[in-house]
Amino acid sequence: MNRTYILLGLILAVLLVLPLMLSKYMLGIFIMMYYYAYLGQSWNVLTGYTGHISLGHALYVGIGAYTSVFLAQRYGLSPWIGMFAGGVLASLIGLFLGFLGFRFGLRGVYFVILTIAFAEITRLIVSHIDALGSFTGIFLDFNPSFKNFQFKGNIPYYYISLGFMVMSLIVVRILETSKAGRFMVAIREDEEAAKALGVNTFKYNMFAIAVSAFMTSLGGCFYANYIFYLHPNTMFGMSLNIELILRPIVGGLGTLFGPVVGSFILTPLSEVSRAYFAKGGMEGLHLVIYGIITILVVLFMPKGIIVYLKKWLKPILSKE
Amino acid sequence: MAILTIQHLTKKFGGLIAVNDLSFEVETGEILGLIGPNGAGKTTVFSCISGFETPESGKIDFQGQSILKKLPFEICRLGMVRTFQIVKPFPAISVLDNVMVGALLRENSVVKAEKEAHRIIHFVGLEKMKDTEAKGLPLPLRKRLELARALATKPGLLLLDEVMAGLNPTEVDELIKLIQEINREGVSILMIEHVMRGVMALSHRVIVINYGQKIAEGKPDVVVQNEAVIEAYLGKEFINAKSA
Repeated sequence: MNRTYILLGLILAVLLVLPLMLSKYMLGIFIMMYYYAYLGQSWNVLTGYTGHISLGHALYVGIGAYTSVFLAQRYGLSPWIGMFAGGVLASLIGLFLGFLGFRFGLRGVYFVILTIAFAEITRLIVSHIDALGSFTGIFLDFNPSFKNFQFKGNIPYYYISLGFMVMSLIVVRILETSKAGRFMVAIREDEEAAKALGVNTFKYNMFAIAVSAFMTSLGGCFYANYIFYLHPNTMFGMSLNIELILRPIVGGLGTLFGPVVGSFILTPLSEVSRAYFAKGGMEGLHLVIYGIITILVVLFMPKGIIVYLKKWLKPILSKE
Repeated sequence: MAILTIQHLTKKFGGLIAVNDLSFEVETGEILGLIGPNGAGKTTVFSCISGFETPESGKIDFQGQSILKKLPFEICRLGMVRTFQIVKPFPAISVLDNVMVGALLRENSVVKAEKEAHRIIHFVGLEKMKDTEAKGLPLPLRKRLELARALATKPGLLLLDEVMAGLNPTEVDELIKLIQEINREGVSILMIEHVMRGVMALSHRVIVINYGQKIAEGKPDVVVQNEAVIEAYLGKEFINAKSA
């Protein structure tokens, strides 16, 4: 156990000094790695730990991004505060979705459809609201300052995204070992049995979706202020819904480090292969490679890469 | 005093009357056997009592309080817990984690719940398997796990649904001892059971139902002599052949 913490500490130390030797391009890749690890972890709370498959988590990313940007542009509210307003709004929408799904017993495929429907409906609504930029989206003015959550260069974004990822690991670790987390896993494993053992499954389902939505939307605020451009199709769209879940699935669903491992493998692959194939005039081919890797992992490592990683690391970590 | 009182319970599934005007009581501290041929409605009775099904009519009182409108988790909190005939372990987590879910009902501290889970795992004899994933357990041990998890919720009344089915005689005898011990600690037990060896050894009283109706009630050795019971299990021909 001690050695695990030492290893994690070492990795964190390396990640902390890394910006000193990385190019801007490489920094960008790392930022996306942390960002997708963070989103994957947020999604993992609902789907990996509690067992309800959401294919509409882009909804919360979009809510977080649009809310914080709207509040900043209209009322000059710092995104650091607006981000939590977005979080609360995302939680409320998540709770409403959860209420429909959990109270009326929508499970499996029906729950999945509900989550997609919510994301798509919100995308269409936002596409038609002028105050939110409708189809053209919103361009953010570049006004670098800490208060505005905008910075020159990638280094501050690097540390913020790293901080997000580390925070999500800490939060999920606490959750995982808590009473609530154990009840969530019980629900994932067998909801009927959990009820029979006195677990208020409705309450813990609602808790899981609220936490998951809140965390996801904070990521959306970060992304908006990193990219400086919001568009309904990228913030609420289907492709983000899928991007978001691939990493935890490949890394290991319902595990603490699964989303991180998945993102550290898939994100660089995606970025590098995208650039590589785009040069050769074969845009989109990276998605094919991506798809093949996902299929291979699901077929041959259904529990995710983390399981094998743990096996390889075991001899090193178990020595006292 | 009765810990559980059931009056005129009726449950229909479409046109099928699964439980028909059934009344009985479980006395505090007793082991009551609920037996009857396949399809007699025993498991439906359990599902109604534990809140998984809503009966069409009738009253169910647990410790003097109506639990008719209560949800399964609320009923468990009041102190009545069921096991499932087709066991429902949490497959991908360890035996210890399985039992801890039950223990956390009465205990907010995870550390204390773990201690309690260890105690119960020891009590049912699963220590060697405590770190095994539940899906890796053979059926007899899964049944024990089902029992351990239920016990961890500290019930006043334990509903056991065929915990002995599929076990060999040695395993049945071990389980009989275990259930007796649970009962000695003050837990009332209502059990559905087909394994007559278990029913005869454990039950203080037995209720026999057929087509959702009670056809006999009394001490186990008396009930098995009852003609209506023999008829329900073996058919009229058997009785006719015997008396001819």
